[in-house]
Amino acid sequence: MLRIENLQAGIEEKQILKGINLDIKPGEVHAIMGPNGSGKSTLASVLAGRQDYEVTGGSVTFEGKDLLELSPEERAGEGVFLSFQYPVEIPGLSTTNFIKTAVNEVRKYRGQEQLDAVSFLKLMKEKMVLMEMDQAMLSRSLNEGFSGGEKKRNEIFQMAMLQPKLAILDETDSGLDIDAIRIVANGVNKLRNENNAVLVITHYQRLLDYLVPDFVHVLYKGRIVKSGTKELALELEKKGYDFIKNEIGVEEDV
Amino acid sequence: MEEKYSDIEQAILSEYKYGFVTDIEADEAPKGLDENTIRFISAKKNEPEWMLQYRLKAYHQWLKMEEPSWANVKYDPIDYQDIIYYSAPKQKKKLNSLDEIDPELRRTFEKLGISLDEQKRLSGVAVDAVIDSVSIATTFKAQLAEQGIIFCSMSEAIQEHPDLIKKYLGSVVPVTDNYFAALNAAVFSDGSFVYIPKGVRCPMELSTYFRINAENTGQFERTLIVADEHSYVSYLEGCTAPMRDENQLHAAVVELVAHDHAEIKYSTVQNWYPGDKDGKGGIYNFVTKRGICQGSHSKISWTQVETGSSITWKYPSVILKGDYSVGEFYSVAVTNNHQQADTGTKMQHIGKHTRSRIVSKGISAGFSNNSYRGLVHMSKNAANARNYSQCDSLLIGDKCGAHTFPYIEAKNNTSVVEHEATTSKVGEDQIFYCNQRGIDTETAVALIINGFAKEVMNQLPMEFAIEAQKLLAISLEGSVG
Repeated sequence: MLRIENLQAGIEEKQILKGINLDIKPGEVHAIMGPNGSGKSTLASVLAGRQDYEVTGGSVTFEGKDLLELSPEERAGEGVFLSFQYPVEIPGLSTTNFIKTAVNEVRKYRGQEQLDAVSFLKLMKEKMVLMEMDQAMLSRSLNEGFSGGEKKRNEIFQMAMLQPKLAILDETDSGLDIDAIRIVANGVNKLRNENNAVLVITHYQRLLDYLVPDFVHVLYKGRIVKSGTKELALELEKKGYDFIKNEIGVEEDV
Repeated sequence: MEEKYSDIEQAILSEYKYGFVTDIEADEAPKGLDENTIRFISAKKNEPEWMLQYRLKAYHQWLKMEEPSWANVKYDPIDYQDIIYYSAPKQKKKLNSLDEIDPELRRTFEKLGISLDEQKRLSGVAVDAVIDSVSIATTFKAQLAEQGIIFCSMSEAIQEHPDLIKKYLGSVVPVTDNYFAALNAAVFSDGSFVYIPKGVRCPMELSTYFRINAENTGQFERTLIVADEHSYVSYLEGCTAPMRDENQLHAAVVELVAHDHAEIKYSTVQNWYPGDKDGKGGIYNFVTKRGICQGSHSKISWTQVETGSSITWKYPSVILKGDYSVGEFYSVAVTNNHQQADTGTKMQHIGKHTRSRIVSKGISAGFSNNSYRGLVHMSKNAANARNYSQCDSLLIGDKCGAHTFPYIEAKNNTSVVEHEATTSKVGEDQIFYCNQRGIDTETAVALIINGFAKEVMNQLPMEFAIEAQKLLAISLEGSVG
C-alpha cells in the first residue's frame, strides 16, 4: 500500500529525514517511536504534503501512485488521513459543516456523487454511535475551546467519516489521560479492517497497549535504526531510548 | 427565488412603458453642475416647485461645503464638473446570447449559482417575454396595496405622495449634513420610497427587485423608508451579482424613520465593480445612511455585506431618540487587491434605556486597507443606555491593513459602553488542515472567512445569506497563493 524508499527531507536547509525505508501493507498497524527531534512528526507532515518541508531525495509510492507528486488535498482524496498532533481551530465554522465539506470534496475527487443533507446526517449518526460521539461537540465551532481529549476524538471521528486507506496518527496520545487514550485507541480499532492500514507515531508505549501494532520501528536522527514487533515497544519502555543509542553507537550530528 | 426574480425582471423589461419615466426622451444634461443642471433635472422629472426649491437649497449648501478628508482612504481629486448629472434611462446594449459575455463574468455568475435567465438580465442579453411574469409582479403590488403599504420609486412618490415626502425627506439626513448628502439632495436621480402604515407587518421582504422601474436608479440614489407605529418591514438593497457601472462616483442617501414600536430591518449586499487587480477603475461609494428611532420601543437594524467598490465610505447610523429604542449594526466588509474601505456606524443615544449593538467584521487581503470607524454617543439624558461593540479584523497575507477607530462619548454616568476588538490572520496551519481533509485552498478560505463572518451573515434573510456567502469567497479569490 505504502512504500517509502530512502526518503530524505528537511526544512530550511536543515536535513531531518536522512533516508527512511518503510513498507506498509493493507491490514497492518505500524508504530514509529523515537525520542524528541528524531523526525517523527516531520515524516507525518511530509507524507501529508505540508509545504514547509522540502523533499530532497527518495520516493513515496501509495497504491502505485507517486504520492510526492500530489497536492495535500489530492492525497486526502487518495485515502491518506493525518490525525494532527495539534488540530487547528476555525472559529465560526461548525464541526459538522467542516466534515460535510470534507466528505463531499473527497467524494468529488473519487468521482462519487455528493451526499445530500439527509444521507450525510444518516452517515454521521451511524458513526457517532460507533465512535460514541456527542452531538453537542459536532455543532460547536471546529476545535474551538475543545479540550485536548475532545480535539483528538474529533480527529478520529473525522477519520471514521472519511474512511481513509491509510491513517497516520501523529502523537494522538500526547496530552491525553489514560481514559482518553483508551477511548481514542478503541475508536481506531473499530475502524480497522483488512483493507486499511494505520501508522501510529508516538513517544510512549501506553497507546500501543490498546492499539496493538504489527510492527514497531525506532526512528532516531532521521533514520529507522531498529524494527521489530510489539515487544520492541515494551523493551523501549523499560530501557528508555538510551539503549538504542548505545546499541547503534552515538552518531555525530550533520 | 432566482427564477422569480428573473420573471419579475422580465416583467419590468416588457412593461417598461409603465409610469412617467416613459415620457423622457433619451437625452442627457450637459456635463457639469450649476443651477441650470438642477432646474433641468427637476423639469425633466416634472417635479413640483417645492421639490425644485429643496434641490436648489441643497445645491447652494453644497457649494459652501468642503469634501471630507478625514477618512482613511486615498484617491485623486474628483472633478465635479466632469460628471453628467442626468441621463435618461439608457437601454443597455443588447447581446444576442450568453456566449457574448465576458467569460470572467460568466464564471462568477456560475459560482454564485445565478440562474440562466438572471444571468441574461444582468448582462443585458435580450430575453423572451414570459406571459406569466406580468401577473407575478402585479400580484405582489396588489398584495402590498391591500395592506396600505406604499412601495414605489422616489419620483413616483414625489408626484403621488407629496405630503409624506415633504414631511420626511431630509428629516433624518438634512441637506446640511455632509458634502455628499448635500450633493445627493441637489441632484438625486431616483430611488425607493416605502411607507408601512400603523400596525402593518409587511408580508414580504421588500427589494428593489419587486419594484417596477427599479433599473437605472443611477449614481445618486435616494431611499426613504417610514415605518409607522407598531409596523415592521425588512428591506433588501443590492444584488450579489457583479454590477458593472460606468459611473465612478456613487453618493446615495438612505433615510429610515421608525415610529413607536416599529421595526425596520435594512440589509445591503454591495458588490459594485472594485477595480482591477492593479487598483485601476472601480466605484467610489460615498453613502450616507441613517435611521431615526423616533418612537419609544422602536428598532432599526442595519446589516451590510460590502465586497465591491474601490473606495467605500459608509456609516449606517441610528439616532436612538425614543426611550427603550434599539439600534443594531452588523457589518462584513471585505477588501482585496487595492480596495479601500472606511466603514462603521454611529449610535446616538438620546432616549432613556436605549440599547445599541455593533458587530463589525473586516476582512482584508491583497494590498487593501480596511478601517472600522464608529462613534457611540451617550447624551446627557440617555439614562441607563447601553452599547456593546465588537470589531474583529481578519487579515489574509501581510500586505494589507486593518484599522479600528472607535470613538466613545459618554455624557452621563448611568450608561454602559463596552468595546471589544480582535485581529487575526488566516493561518497556513488552518489551510493545511483543510487541505489534509481533501478541501482545496479556495474552499478552505471560504470556510474560514464565512466562519469569521457568521454572526453577521446570520442576520441576513435566508436567500440573501446563501448568495452572500458565495460572494465572500469569490471576492477573495486568488488572495491566498
